[in-house]
Amino acid sequence: MARFDSKDDSVVVIIGSGAGGGTLANELCHKGFKVVLLEAGKRQSPLTFRNDEWFAFKQLAWLDKRTTSGSWRIAKDFPNLPAWTCKTVGGTSVHWAGASLRLQEHELKAKTTYSNVSGANLLDWPVSLAELEPYYAKAETKMGVTRTNDIPGLPGNNNFKVMYNGATRVGYKTVHTGRMAINSRPRDRRSSCWQLGFCFQGCKSGAKWSTLYAEIPKAEATGLLDLRPESHALQIQHDRDGKATGVLYADKDGKHVVQKARIVCVACNAIESARLLLNSASSKFPHGLANSSGQVGKNYMRHTTGSVYGIFGKPVHMYRGTVMAGIITDEAALNTKRGFAGGFEMETISLGLPFAAAFLDPGAWGRDYTSVLEQYPNMAGMWIVGEDMPQVTNAVTLHSKEKDQWGLPIPNVHYDDHPNDLAMRNYAYKQGAAVYDAVGAVKTLAVPPYPSTHNLGTCRMSERPGDGVCDKWGRTHDVKNLFISDGSQFTTSGGENPTLTIVTLAIRQADHIATESARRNL
Amino acid sequence: MGSDVKIKRREFLHKSALVVAGASAVATGVAVVGFGAEWTARLKTLSAHEGETLLKMARRIFPHDRLDDSYYIKVVEELDAEASSKPASASLIRAGVASLDHSAKGKFATQPADAQIAALKKIQHTPFFEKVRSVEIVALYNNEEVWKTFGYQGASFRFGGYLHHGFNDLNWLPDPPEEASPKPS
Repeated sequence: MARFDSKDDSVVVIIGSGAGGGTLANELCHKGFKVVLLEAGKRQSPLTFRNDEWFAFKQLAWLDKRTTSGSWRIAKDFPNLPAWTCKTVGGTSVHWAGASLRLQEHELKAKTTYSNVSGANLLDWPVSLAELEPYYAKAETKMGVTRTNDIPGLPGNNNFKVMYNGATRVGYKTVHTGRMAINSRPRDRRSSCWQLGFCFQGCKSGAKWSTLYAEIPKAEATGLLDLRPESHALQIQHDRDGKATGVLYADKDGKHVVQKARIVCVACNAIESARLLLNSASSKFPHGLANSSGQVGKNYMRHTTGSVYGIFGKPVHMYRGTVMAGIITDEAALNTKRGFAGGFEMETISLGLPFAAAFLDPGAWGRDYTSVLEQYPNMAGMWIVGEDMPQVTNAVTLHSKEKDQWGLPIPNVHYDDHPNDLAMRNYAYKQGAAVYDAVGAVKTLAVPPYPSTHNLGTCRMSERPGDGVCDKWGRTHDVKNLFISDGSQFTTSGGENPTLTIVTLAIRQADHIATESARRNL
Repeated sequence: MGSDVKIKRREFLHKSALVVAGASAVATGVAVVGFGAEWTARLKTLSAHEGETLLKMARRIFPHDRLDDSYYIKVVEELDAEASSKPASASLIRAGVASLDHSAKGKFATQPADAQIAALKKIQHTPFFEKVRSVEIVALYNNEEVWKTFGYQGASFRFGGYLHHGFNDLNWLPDPPEEASPKPS
């Protein structure tokens, strides 16, 4: 592994090693760039992962204190845990379930498609599907997405059998085991899926794509990657001309280090990426770095989500096998007759007993609730993931009083459900229950959203500098050698799980950085 | 947490051994204290009365007739551990128990179940109730012995995953066609 001097200003510094940052690092190393990859968390491996929900949560999750506000139920149920993301090498690509779906053409033109949704700060992406398609193809090949590249689908588990039968009985047409970045056969030196049932806890078989073991080791093999775990970025520094010059971070001993850089890429997941830019305010950038638009931290999206669980008279054992074992895509198509803008996917989900108890009805107690939990083996579950509306008031801001372990303001995450989000969620709950009722559910449960794993939009792409933070390449409008390289770039959320698009944008951004460097524009 | 779990399991075995020892002592005619006193004597910070009260409260919050008191005693032990390390938690728990007794005009722990549930409903939005509930939800349900009674098998890596252990054994619905769900390779 390479080790570059902190004064070496020829390196690219990438902050965050998840789907965006980890992929970008590998791509840039393969193009000959020297990369310093800063990661706040520790390095784990499939050997150190555990099939244990609470253990894994403490091992992998980002648990630094955050506060919440707004009308979303998270603010009541999990006031200090707005998001379920990771602080570990590989970031949230260690925790994700593997669903790899492309955004749809109309979703990339949300403003045009949905026209004026009151209270929504909609904008069209400055990039079209046609521009993204070649990169989507590269991402699918890289990640080994099933049902692409002649890779077979995964076998469905019990949870999927229930979904499939219910879905087809209510008339849904497109129901299958999904496009998953989980090996259905050995590939890329990684095993095929063992149906462990602990996708969220770090995949111990390595069948699920994660930058931790699918990208970062390849980058290390080039001799051009200097990965620094337990290195928490505190501030991006700049010179008098407003060019980024390096990153101040706290190393594993808490020592402050400045790593010089020729290019800085921010990929800390949408809450921390925005916080880092806001915490990097200076006399030249008084409202935060790259924030002349005032949009840093704004338009925070987390997808319209929720879950539906069905309880049956016979066993299901939903926890056996892949967590997102199958999908119904019929509701994702453009359809304005349902009373809301945007669409949603329905994907199986399962929780082990410890997390089922904690998440099926947060705060509930008493015999009504425990009699539901006693039906655990007979439960099937699905998750709803749909497009939510960007709102300028849904925002990551700096807390006015509370500071973190480094003395910097912690983030507050404000989210009010938009009426469109509520309409979609209620419709999706009804449809999910219909799927389970069609195969004889004794009872169905409409479960509120979990802390957010899809955090998007806080440094969004825009054609005009006044509307967003970065351009179609993720390059910030204000600071020419500063890039946004994670889901913060999303102009709108679409209705699909975001990881495939994050990886796609990272591969594309690496090409852009190489081209611009060759032209001496960087 | 792995080593914690192991330690707790050892404590549990140790506890079981004590119970067995007590039973044999009864059989041989030696006077012994009951099961309740056995476990409350091991509380480090909370009193026996506080322990007994919290045990009843824990049973009312997440009642499962299939689980005996030993699983709920683990919850009280977690609360005792927190009270031992955090003085603020100790004060919160002590004051909470006292307020339950005060509203019971006697001892909450000896009230009928209905009265206990009514009393808990009145305090369900207090920090004390939330402390007990949130500790309990982890201590009660993150226990492999409890999983067995709920039909949850937990970790599967140790036997190579569920691929050959029932991941698709549901037989009360037809199997989806192969284009939707390919056979395992």
